[in-house]
Amino acid sequence: MSKAVIAALQQRFPGDVADAYEGVGGDDVAFVSKARIAEVCRFLKEDPALRFDMAPYITAVDYLGVEPRFEVVYQLYSTIHNHRARLRVKVPSGDASVPTVTGVWRGADWFERYCWDMYGIEFPGHPDMRRLFMYDEFVGHPLRKDYPLRGRQPLVPEREVPDLYRGPGPVDRD
Amino acid sequence: MASELDVVPGIATRREEAQSFFEKVVSNGLGWARKYSLFQYPFVTACCGMEFMSVAASRYDLDRFGAALPRFSPRQADLLMVVGTVNCKQAPILRRIYEQMADPKWVIAFGVCASSGGFYDNYATVQGIDRVVPVDVYIAGCPPRPEQVLEGIILLQKKIQSQPHKLIDRRPLPLFPEPG
Amino acid sequence: MSNEVKQVAAAPAAGPDPLEAPFPSKRMVVNLGPSHPAMHGVVRVVAELDGETITDAKLDIGFLHRGFEKSCENVTWTQCFPYTDRLNYVSSIMNNVGFALAVEKLCKLDIPARAKYLRVVGSEMHRMCDHFTLVGAMGLELGAMTVLIYAMEARDHLWDRLTELCGARLTSSYCRIGGVARDVPEGWVEKSRRTLDRVVEIREEIDQLITRNRIFMDRTRHTGVVTREDAIELGFTGPCLRASGEPYDVRKAAPYLVYDRLEFDVPVGNNGDNFDRYLVRMEELRQCDRILRQCFDQMEPGDIAVKDFRYVLPPKPQVYGTIEGLMAHFKLIMEGIKVPAGEAYSYTEAANGELGFYVVSDGGGRPYKLGLRPPGWPMLAALPHMVKGSLLADLIPTFDTINMIGGETEQ
Repeated sequence: MSKAVIAALQQRFPGDVADAYEGVGGDDVAFVSKARIAEVCRFLKEDPALRFDMAPYITAVDYLGVEPRFEVVYQLYSTIHNHRARLRVKVPSGDASVPTVTGVWRGADWFERYCWDMYGIEFPGHPDMRRLFMYDEFVGHPLRKDYPLRGRQPLVPEREVPDLYRGPGPVDRD
Repeated sequence: MASELDVVPGIATRREEAQSFFEKVVSNGLGWARKYSLFQYPFVTACCGMEFMSVAASRYDLDRFGAALPRFSPRQADLLMVVGTVNCKQAPILRRIYEQMADPKWVIAFGVCASSGGFYDNYATVQGIDRVVPVDVYIAGCPPRPEQVLEGIILLQKKIQSQPHKLIDRRPLPLFPEPG
Repeated sequence: MSNEVKQVAAAPAAGPDPLEAPFPSKRMVVNLGPSHPAMHGVVRVVAELDGETITDAKLDIGFLHRGFEKSCENVTWTQCFPYTDRLNYVSSIMNNVGFALAVEKLCKLDIPARAKYLRVVGSEMHRMCDHFTLVGAMGLELGAMTVLIYAMEARDHLWDRLTELCGARLTSSYCRIGGVARDVPEGWVEKSRRTLDRVVEIREEIDQLITRNRIFMDRTRHTGVVTREDAIELGFTGPCLRASGEPYDVRKAAPYLVYDRLEFDVPVGNNGDNFDRYLVRMEELRQCDRILRQCFDQMEPGDIAVKDFRYVLPPKPQVYGTIEGLMAHFKLIMEGIKVPAGEAYSYTEAANGELGFYVVSDGGGRPYKLGLRPPGWPMLAALPHMVKGSLLADLIPTFDTINMIGGETEQ
C-alpha cells in the first residue's frame, strides 16, 4: 500500500525524492532532499490519495563520522487510508537546519524543539524555538555522539558527600 | 592486644549533648509527639510516586504511623519525602523547598534514584539528593515495596525519638545557611 | 514562583456616569510550579489569567528528563529493558513489548504463540492499572478521595498477580528479545480470573460513585474540548483521540501479537471533552477484562522464547552441560545480542496512545539510536490550546484526562 505513496512522491518531486526502499517489517522509506521537505509534506497531507493527516513523529539521528552527519526522520501515518511512510532527510553538520513543517501539522512543533535541544538542528520558521528538556543555562546538545554521557552541568553547588562508588575526591569527580 | 579503645567508659556522653533529668523527660515527650505526627511534603517526581500512592492508600496504610496527611506547602510540613529521580533542572527547586521548610525537619530519600541517582548515571540526573540536601533516611528500591517504605518510616521515627528535643531552643541560627 | 502583575489598558468610560464605567482589570501570571500536587510528576504551567479565565498558558517541561536515550546507547540491547520500563511507569510491560517488537523486526524473529499471549496478558493487565491510576488521580483532584482509595485497591490486586508473574509490582522487565522472561506460575490463571472478578466489582463501584455525580459532570463536561480535526492535526492518539470521535486504535488498524484473534470493541466518544475521555477509559477497562479472559481461554502450553542461542539465553542445564550453551551464554551476557544493522519503527497501542520506538542498529551489541514517540507528548503540547479561554479550575480535569506520565513525556 505504501509503495503507491513512494511512487506518487517520485512522480511529483522527481529530483528530490531518491533511493526509495522497503525497510524491515514492510515499512516504506524514501530519502527527501532538505530544501523541499516542507512542500513534500504539504503534498503528502493534502493529496486525496495519500492524506497523511496525523502529525508525524520526527526524530533525528547522529551518524558521527559520516558526512552528512545528521538525519531527520519523519514517520507519517494516515488515519483515512491507514498507511504509513517514512521520510529521511540528510542534514550536513555545517548547515544543520531543515525547513519547519509546523505550517503543515501543528503537532510537529515539540518534536522539532526536541531535535533542536538534543541535536542542535535548527528549524527556521518554527514559532517557538527554545529548549524543550534541558535548561537554558545548559551548554551543548546532549544526544550528539561527541557529548560525554556523564557531562553534568549542575545548577546548584553540590555538597561534599562520601561516595563509595566513585571514591574520595572533589565533588565533580565524575 | 589491649589498646586504649578497649577501655571505654560505661557512659559516654558528649558535653554539649548532656541533658538533665527533666530535660530528658521533655525531650522524650517531644520526640514521641513529633515522631507520631509527621506532616509529609511528598516531592513526587517519577515512578516511585506510584508506590507512594500505594503506601498512602488503604492496604499499606501510612496513617497508622501518623504520617498520613500530606501538606503541599513546605511551610506547613516537617518531613520532606523526595520520591523519585531528581535531575539537574529540578535540583534548585528541591533546594528551595528544603530551605522554605521550618525546623525541625527531616528528609527521606525514597527510592534508589533519590538515594544515589539509580542507574541514570548520565548528564541529566543528580547522583543522589544528598548532594543537594542533607538526608536522614535512605529507602532503597526501584521502586521500593511498600513494606520497605514503612520500615524506612519506622527507622525515621526511631531516629526522631533518639534526637534531643528542646522546648525552647536557644541555639543561634546562621544568617545564611550553608548547603549542609 | 513570583506573580507578575501586568497592567492592561482599561476601556474608556462609557458616558459621564462613573458608576457605569467598566472595572479596570489586570492580567496576572500565575505559576503552577514543578512541585505541585496536581501536576502529575513535574510539569510547570505558566498561566496568564484575566480574572479566573486563562488567556494564555505555556508549558515548561524537562524536570524529569533522565537521559533515557543516551543511557540506552551505552548499554546492551537486553539491558535497555529496565530503561524502557520506567518510561510509562504505570504500564511498564507495554513499553517492554514495544521495544521488543522493534528489535525483533530488525532481527526478523518470529516469537512463539505462547510468548505472544503472555505479552498480551501482561500488556492488558498494565493497561488496566494505568486506567485505574488515571481515574483515581482524577477523583482525588476533583475532590473524590474515596475513588482514589478504591482505585489503589484495584491496582494492588492486579499488581499482586503481576508480582507473581514478573517479580516486580511496577517496573517489570518482563519481555526479552525473542519472547518473555518466564512462564506463569502454577495456578496463576485461576487466581487471575478471581482477581479480575474482584477488580471488575471495584470498577463498578467507582462507576456508581462518580460517573453520574453532579459535581463531576459539571466539572468535566464541555471542558477541555478538542475537535476531531484538531486532534488529528495535533497528533493525538489513543483514548484522547477516540474521545474526539476518530476510531483509530493500533490494535485494530495494524494488529500485532495476537490481537487479530481476540474479539473486543473500541469505545469512541462524541464531544472530545474531559467527560468523554474519562468515559472512554472506563469502557476500555471493561474491554481489557474481556481480552484477558479470552487470552486465558486461548493460551496453549508451549515455548516462551525463541530457541535461538544468538538471541535468547540457553537454559541453565545446557549452560553448565554443553560447551555451545556456555559460549552462547557468555557472548550474550558480555557483548549483548548482535542485532543486524538497519532501522525499524514499531508502533503499539499503549494505554495512552500510539507508542512508537524507532531503533537504529549498527550491527553491534548496543543500540545506535533508540528513539521514542511518547503517546502523551502531543496531548501535553496541545494543553495550552485546550485550556485557552476556559477557567483556571478547568485546567485540573484537563490535565488529568490527558494522562501525562512524566517518564514517557520527558524520557
